[in-house]
Amino acid sequence: MKQDPERRASGDRATLRREVLAALRAVVPAHILLSRDEQAVPFECDGLTAYRTVPLVVALPEDEAQVAAILRCCHALRVPVVARGAGTGLSGGALPHERGVTLSLARLDRVLGVDPLACTAAVQCGVRNIAISEAAAPHGLYYAPDPSSQIACTIGGNVAENAGGVHCLKYGLTLHNVLRVRGYTVEGEAIEFGAEAYDVPGLDLLALLVGSEGMLAVATEITVRLVPKPQAARCILASFADVEAAGAAVAEVIAAGIVPAGLEMMDKPMTAAVEDFVQAGYDLDAAAILLCESDGTPEEVDEEIGRMVAVLEAAGATRFEISRSEAERLKFWSGRKNAFPASGRISPDYLCMDSTIPRRRIAEMLRCIADMEARYGLRCCNVFHAGDGNLHPMILFDASDPGQLQRAERFGADILETSVMLGGTITGEHGVGVEKLNSMCVQFSLEEREQMLRVKHAFDPGSLLNPGKVIPTLNRCAEYGRMTVRGGRLPHAELARF
Amino acid sequence: MARTTRPLPAERQLVERVLDAWDRHEALELRGGGTKHFYGEAPRGAVLDLRPLRGVIDYEPTELVVTARCGEPLAEIEALLAEQDQHLAFEPPHFAAGGTVGGMVAAGLAGPARAAAGALRDHVLGVRLLNGRGEILRFGGQVMKNVAGYDVSRLLAGSLGILGIMLEVSLKVLPLPAAVETLGFELPEAEALQRLRAWASRPLPVNASAWHEGRLWVRLAGAQAAVRTAAAALGGQRLDRDEAALWWAAVRDHRHPFFRLDDEALAAGTSLWRLSLPPAAPVLELPGAGFIEWGGAQRWLRSSAPGEAVRQAAQRAGGHATWVRGLARDVGVFTPPSAVTMQLHRRLKDAFDPHRLFNPGRLFPDL
Repeated sequence: MKQDPERRASGDRATLRREVLAALRAVVPAHILLSRDEQAVPFECDGLTAYRTVPLVVALPEDEAQVAAILRCCHALRVPVVARGAGTGLSGGALPHERGVTLSLARLDRVLGVDPLACTAAVQCGVRNIAISEAAAPHGLYYAPDPSSQIACTIGGNVAENAGGVHCLKYGLTLHNVLRVRGYTVEGEAIEFGAEAYDVPGLDLLALLVGSEGMLAVATEITVRLVPKPQAARCILASFADVEAAGAAVAEVIAAGIVPAGLEMMDKPMTAAVEDFVQAGYDLDAAAILLCESDGTPEEVDEEIGRMVAVLEAAGATRFEISRSEAERLKFWSGRKNAFPASGRISPDYLCMDSTIPRRRIAEMLRCIADMEARYGLRCCNVFHAGDGNLHPMILFDASDPGQLQRAERFGADILETSVMLGGTITGEHGVGVEKLNSMCVQFSLEEREQMLRVKHAFDPGSLLNPGKVIPTLNRCAEYGRMTVRGGRLPHAELARF
Repeated sequence: MARTTRPLPAERQLVERVLDAWDRHEALELRGGGTKHFYGEAPRGAVLDLRPLRGVIDYEPTELVVTARCGEPLAEIEALLAEQDQHLAFEPPHFAAGGTVGGMVAAGLAGPARAAAGALRDHVLGVRLLNGRGEILRFGGQVMKNVAGYDVSRLLAGSLGILGIMLEVSLKVLPLPAAVETLGFELPEAEALQRLRAWASRPLPVNASAWHEGRLWVRLAGAQAAVRTAAAALGGQRLDRDEAALWWAAVRDHRHPFFRLDDEALAAGTSLWRLSLPPAAPVLELPGAGFIEWGGAQRWLRSSAPGEAVRQAAQRAGGHATWVRGLARDVGVFTPPSAVTMQLHRRLKDAFDPHRLFNPGRLFPDL
């Protein structure tokens, strides 16, 4: 029996599930569909585990034709579709819709080809980030963006989130390293964004697609740019007696005309946590440590390391170590790359924030965070992609203590809003998802949010692709405004507004 | 980016002008210095001169970001950056004196360094936009990493002004390379292409390349040691630095004789085409003379071949062809996209400029 879409949207969930399943079984094999709650539960959240919803149906397509068929079917039924890669996202971008289909693209995991002459790799969306570099390695090439989750996260997810990593300052984000995306519109029609040529005629829709969190189209095949593996890489580990000096040192490195391959900062609590986890020999007395990397030809690296050391020394570094071997360089990085699991060891739960501020305000931001620790009664460890001003404060809490999650979330929102006031943004690389919907109300005006909604509707007039993410509703922002403007005053009234 | 900035009086006037055009169903041609007037389909509508919106709003060299109003002259921004040993790494073409920052971003063009440094859009960090509803909106910001909401600012790069007026733009800037060296080689086209691709897959500081009439020019840029080592490894003939700089600028701005069509060439029906191809595409069999850049990814063609033939050859090779200049043509300036992509263009135009006020027809005739 056919139902009209309006009734379908409001009918009971079990009936809806039966209908959707029947329609999907008519177009794709039954073995790629999961519909019992116990089968769908593993898909109930992504890396942001505080938010969970069991999807109506999970579809695990094995080829593009099945992706297209599922999209066409859901579009006809007016059923939401949430695309999902490895589920490592940290902002709830892949949080399922309780009345929608979760489209898990992990089985589209073939490397289609590496072209060493063009320096490109064509891969399916479910290929893991690191698998691209592994496939390219025999040609002396690699895929540069390296998010911490690179052993698990998929390139399709990277495209959806515009993922970064520790080498973005020199090598760019996902956006700068993706040439072409083949995918499907919400109607299930094939579409190409970008090209193997460096540009396409007309509007740059690829730039709009990358980072759109699965709300504009579903990416199935991606051609990435590969870069030659540098002959040499060395890393400096520099200690600072106070965070202000470390923050200033970051600006000094840039001012000296150096673009480091990586420039990372950890504060004392973070350093202690990761040292306990990896035993890399970090300086536990330092208020902050910087990791500063150079790559290129051996001569180039020697020259640049010399210049970096001179700048860091003049900026007040109290101790230096320079990696003498590849093993030692990797050891320096081991702690930084394990900041998340290390936080998990020192606290039952943690909330990882992700904002960006102008580099020159890093020290100021750290002071604000220290004040917030006292105000919210929670600890916070800090790890920064200092070179591009991208902060990852880890708010430590215990979810079993009622009230702590709420305090941690308020703490996090406070960090994001302070970042906006300092001239930055609420998310540098993790995306808005569901986690930062409220903070979007702070960063963007009503007109700006409405313009984004019109962009969404240009691609997806019925709001079926990952609905409810990224752009908050007018009501939500009005509600949030009432909640946070306490007594008509914004937090941190002493800060200059930008 | 500034959250609470009030519009300048000149910006308020612009809003009034846009609302007035809406009332009167009038089209507006957005214009900066007019240096790229030749690019795209013929402009239509009442000219809206954006040069009065001048000024650098913020430039903090240690942040690697400059924010300027759309009417700020490109040459002045470049001079300001050069004082701090910084530059716009994508090497924007000037074509003539008087170009503006807004015109540069709207055209979205990059110069010889594009293959190494990335496209103009890769350097756009944020915009303040006046849309076709008379609303002033900010997207992106002044920081390197920013994924809050859709990346509208980069969508505007190369949009030829069809979505709105970019009042302000924030751009990523980079330090000038410590060393630059240009090498020359005598090589036929196919061999030059092969050599360029082989170099691209090695960790060499190749920053620009150009091939024309049997000669290949390669520019190295980077750290002293890297350029020295690479120059020794590649061989070739080392060119005088000042002369080489002038030569690259002439290529960038189409002052090199190859790009000029004199009366004789025009009378013979010669057009200048820009072919954007996968860099490893082989030599295309098209009549006329060629000039290759970007390691093979940008190939200019002087030819009197029918537009359809040029376009089909480019598409067969996985790219597209843009008509740049000439007297007459039998096809549109840009290759029309697929039906599904064209539909998105129309919907996006409606999303930003529902009354079709800005630069109608400039990108595609019916947009």
